[in-house]
Formats: sequence, structure tokens, C-alpha cells
Amino acid sequence: MSDALLEVEGLTVHFPIRKGVLQRQVGTVRAVDGIDFSLKRRETLSLVGESGCGKSTTGLALMGLVKATAGTVTFAGERIAGLRGSALRAFRRRVQIVFQDPFSSLNPRQRVRDIIRAPLDIHRVGTARERQKRVAELMERVGLRPDQADNFPHQFSGGQRQRIGIARALALKPEIIICDEPVSALDVSVQAQILNLLADLQRDLGVSYLFISHDLGVVEHISRRVAVMYLGKIVEIADRDALFARPTHPYTELLMKSAPSLDPRRRHVFSASSDVVPSATQKPSGCPFHPRCHLATEECKAADPALTPRDDGRLVACHHR
Amino acid sequence: MMTTPATMLADKKPVLAVEDLEIRIRGEHGSFSVVADMSLAVAAGETLCIVGESGCGKSMTALALLRLLPEAAEIAGGRVEINGRDVLKLGAHEVEDLRGEEIAMIFQEPLTALNPVMTIGLQIAEAVRQHRKVSASAAMAQAVETLKLVQMPDPERRARQYPHELSGGMRQRAMIALALACDPKIIVADEPTTALDVTIQAQILGLIADLQKRLGSAQILITHDLGVVAEVADRVIVMYAGRKVEEASVYDLFDHPIHPYTKGLMGAIPRGRASERLADIPGTVPPMWDLPKGCAFAPRCPGASARCLEERPLFEEKRPGHFAACWEHDDV
Repeated sequence: MSDALLEVEGLTVHFPIRKGVLQRQVGTVRAVDGIDFSLKRRETLSLVGESGCGKSTTGLALMGLVKATAGTVTFAGERIAGLRGSALRAFRRRVQIVFQDPFSSLNPRQRVRDIIRAPLDIHRVGTARERQKRVAELMERVGLRPDQADNFPHQFSGGQRQRIGIARALALKPEIIICDEPVSALDVSVQAQILNLLADLQRDLGVSYLFISHDLGVVEHISRRVAVMYLGKIVEIADRDALFARPTHPYTELLMKSAPSLDPRRRHVFSASSDVVPSATQKPSGCPFHPRCHLATEECKAADPALTPRDDGRLVACHHR
Repeated sequence: MMTTPATMLADKKPVLAVEDLEIRIRGEHGSFSVVADMSLAVAAGETLCIVGESGCGKSMTALALLRLLPEAAEIAGGRVEINGRDVLKLGAHEVEDLRGEEIAMIFQEPLTALNPVMTIGLQIAEAVRQHRKVSASAAMAQAVETLKLVQMPDPERRARQYPHELSGGMRQRAMIALALACDPKIIVADEPTTALDVTIQAQILGLIADLQKRLGSAQILITHDLGVVAEVADRVIVMYAGRKVEEASVYDLFDHPIHPYTKGLMGAIPRGRASERLADIPGTVPPMWDLPKGCAFAPRCPGASARCLEERPLFEEKRPGHFAACWEHDDV
């Protein structure tokens, strides 16, 4: 019915907070609190937001690396029921993840060839010789020299290590790669190399990205659509150009106003005053953004606004915009 | 070799001047220099940004100003002058007096820089009592005043809390308060907003700008983020592989960057609605113990000539008040 490759409905991830010798549950971290989005083929959708907004947990839940509390995920028209068993195995083959920290996400005792080959071994793809050939291909594809295949991760720079992570993610020819802050740990010159590589791979292989990032500059550069998250909710989702030209949700607006300008003649006048930022363990009533929002009214304290369409096709969760 | 921008010195006397600082590290690769030929000056009311990528020597430079270098590092040469005194020649006690009173530092990670088992208020009060002969209660009152100065919400209550009880933004405010407790004339901030979310970063940058306007201190801000530089700097030093490659007013630097590395950094930042390729800088930074013979940037530089590979370029004035180290720069 839709042309979406991946469809996520009502995804919820709650973590219990336990205390004491009996480990009684004393609260709940509502890390992801019922979000809907879809991802088309060859598309890049970004999840952007600040620490604790649930963007990374969303990626981990899709990979089955944390257990979803509720929600359905449909991949290529097929429902991934509960994300378990052999369905999960098949799904995991077609959906891969690249992590933020190339220093901790690669096994330091494994040679690069074994790291990149591991997914082929696990899913029993091809013969030993074919796997070896594929490793060399993948290394070349991501800009590494195949003659470095016997080296260990520590012998590579941060950018090269991220290339190893990308090669590993590409090994099974996935249709979707979840990129969880893939350039956040890198210097800007190396970050640009990796962003260019991701763009090339999308053009040549047709892979879709779910791109998780806190960096608005990077998000504006790489995305076609952008979902802004705040305390476990999507507060706005729109085409990239529309979102950056006219941020509609007050939080989206605040994010954009907070980003440094890169032009010393157009400096911001940042307010020095502080506001108290709530967390996912103690979520405010109603709209989660209302304690920080200049538009907030009684209605916002009482009722959490639903994500509803606006004239230009974007979805916004706000009583006043 | 002319190393101090004459334009800046002409109108104001620097409160801090560094000349030909060299820092060396002893490690598994032998002894090698991580900062060399480093000269800088900063005047009251001025913000100097030092920008560069990991390992360029910007944090080492900052630590050296307060004599806080890690054990494996040593100052191998040069002068660091504060109010006419050479900091590098002071004894341990004199350095203690200097820190906090003359020069103070704000670190990137307040959670590791603050004492976890002491309340915020006591830490600030202790810093005050280290330098001033005041009673404990007067020092505590001063601590609360300083927390008010950094616009800490609910300062009396926060003073009684421990670092882990505060949010990241409030911890950074507490650290700024700690640095300001004894009215230092020079503040060195090493990546003060890097660990913060962007909306909180905006508040802290706003606070730093606001404080400088009110207190008129000299500020050195170390960062990897050209966005932060554009927001707060008066003057900028760009470092690469332990040396200055460019120095200019913030306007000159952003209007007409000279050094290919500076240009590369600016091109690599994603901005605007452009989905086209970013201008990345090919290759990686060479290890400090194995620097190329000529210009350290030459192996990655699109305009490198034979001379660049052989001879290290002089850091010289290319335009009035605008310095760079590049053989191939042709000003037209």
C-alpha cells in the first residue's frame, strides 16, 4: 500500500528503573515513547535530537539490540513480528548498523579481514575463497587498501576504522544501514571523507540510511527527510528543505537558533540564562517540551499534542503551530 | 622572524604573552616535540581562539600556560609571560598563587574536573580561601555570589549539591564559577562546550560572552569547532601538527583564509542546503614523531610544490595583521 521499505508504528522502548536488594521497579525510563516513521528505498531519513531524546535507542530497537516494549515494524511489506527468531535473522541480514565509536565497536584482537568477514561467516554466504574475495572488494569499496587486511584495528586512524565498520555493514548487501552518529567522533576533515563515502555508496548501491545524529549541519547535508526527536517523541518530521527553511515546532526552532553560524558577521545573541532540562526518567506532563517552550499554555501542560499534518505535508506535534 | 601580530600590540598591552614555546613528549617513540614555535599574545577584553583538530597541540598549549602539563610532557623552551613575570621560571608555590588569581582554566569535562565528593559551594569556597584570608562563611557567601554571576538557577540550593546531582549545562556553569572565584585576569577555556548539547552550548557561549563583557578578562578559547570560533573570537590561531599555520582577526580569517589547511577545514564543514560533495582533506595528520621534512601539511595539500616538501615555510605576515605559514600563497 505504501512504497516504504521500512515502516515503524508505535515503537516504544521503556526501561525499568530498579532499586534495592529486591530490585523493585521504582520508575520507568521512557526512552522511546511511541514513534511512527517510514523509510523509502534510496532515501536518507535522519533522526536528530539532543542526548536522551531516544534517537539511538530507536536504532538499537530496530536492530533488536534492545527489546522494544511495543510497536510494529514492517520491512518490505512483511511484518517483523516482535523482532525475534528466524524472521529477525533474515531482517538483520538486510538491515545493518554502523556505530559512533570506531574504537570500541571493533574487536581489537581481530584482524580487519576477520572483522569484515564475520557477517559472511555468520550467515554462511559463499565459500571460503568467495568470502576472501568479497573482503578485498569491500575494503577497496570503502577506500581501504586490501593489503592491510591482516592488520589490527589499532593500526588504523579513526576515519579508517569507521571505514572498516562501514565495510562490515556492507558485507551482506543490506538494503538499510542504520548510521548511529557515524561521524561524531571524527575530526571535521575526516568527517567530510566519511560523509562523501556514505553518499557514494548510496548512489552506487541504492542503500537507504536511517541517519542518527545530533549535528544539524551534518543532518542538513545528508538527509532527504528529517525527524526531530525530543524526550522519546518525534515532534516534527518534514522534507529537509522545508524543515530548515521553516522550522515549525518550537523545539526545532530552538535547535536551529542554537547552532553556531559560521559567519562572524552574523553572530547570534545567545541568552546566557539557563533552563531546567527534563529527562526521560521524569517526563513532564502533556507536551514534553512545555517547560522550555515560550508558547506553552495550560493546554500544553494537560495534553500531549499528536503529530498531525500541516499544509506543506510536514507533521508537527504542537498545539500552537 | 616576526611572530607577534603588531596590529594587536599597537593598541593594547597584552596581559599574557607566549614566545617560541616548545613542548616535548617522552614516549615509546622517543622524545619528540608536540608544540613548536608557539607565540601568542592576548589583551584584556579580548578573546583569542586556538582552533585545530585532534593532536594539533592546542590543548597542550593551554595546559602549559598554567603549568599543568601531564608528566610525560615538558616545556623544552620559550617564555610564558603574565604581567611581566615568566611563568616558566616560577616555583611551585608561586605557580599555585598564579592559578586562580591571575589565570584560570575551564575544562571540557566538568564531571572529571570537579571534585565528586565535595559540594559545588565548598569547592568554590575552598578556592576562594586558598587565595584570600576570609572566614569559611564569607567564602561560602562569595561562592553563592559567583554562582549567581554564572546565572546558576537556584544558586543557594545548587551550592549544597554535588557535581553528579547537576545536569551537564549546570556542571559547566559550576566549573566556570570555580574558575572565576578569584577574579582571574586571564581565562583559558579548553573545549568548554564540546560535551554539551547544542541548545545548552548556546547558553554557555552566551554566558561566556556576557561574562567577558562584564569582567573584561582576557580569554583564550581552545576549540575544534569553527562555528564556535565564528561566534566568539576576536582573533584566531589555526594550528596544525603542533605549529601555527595561520593567525588573523576573525573577520579576515573567515573572509580570506590563506592557508590551504584553513581553507580545507572550512570546505569540510557541511553547511547550507548543498547535498553535493564536501571538500574533504585527503589523507590523515602525520604522527608527531614522524613529521615530514618540509611543511607538515604538504602531503595533504592540493597546492604543494617541491619547495613545500623540502623546506618548512616561515610564519610571516601576508597581509596587514594576517599571518600564515605557506610558501605557495600568492596574494592578489
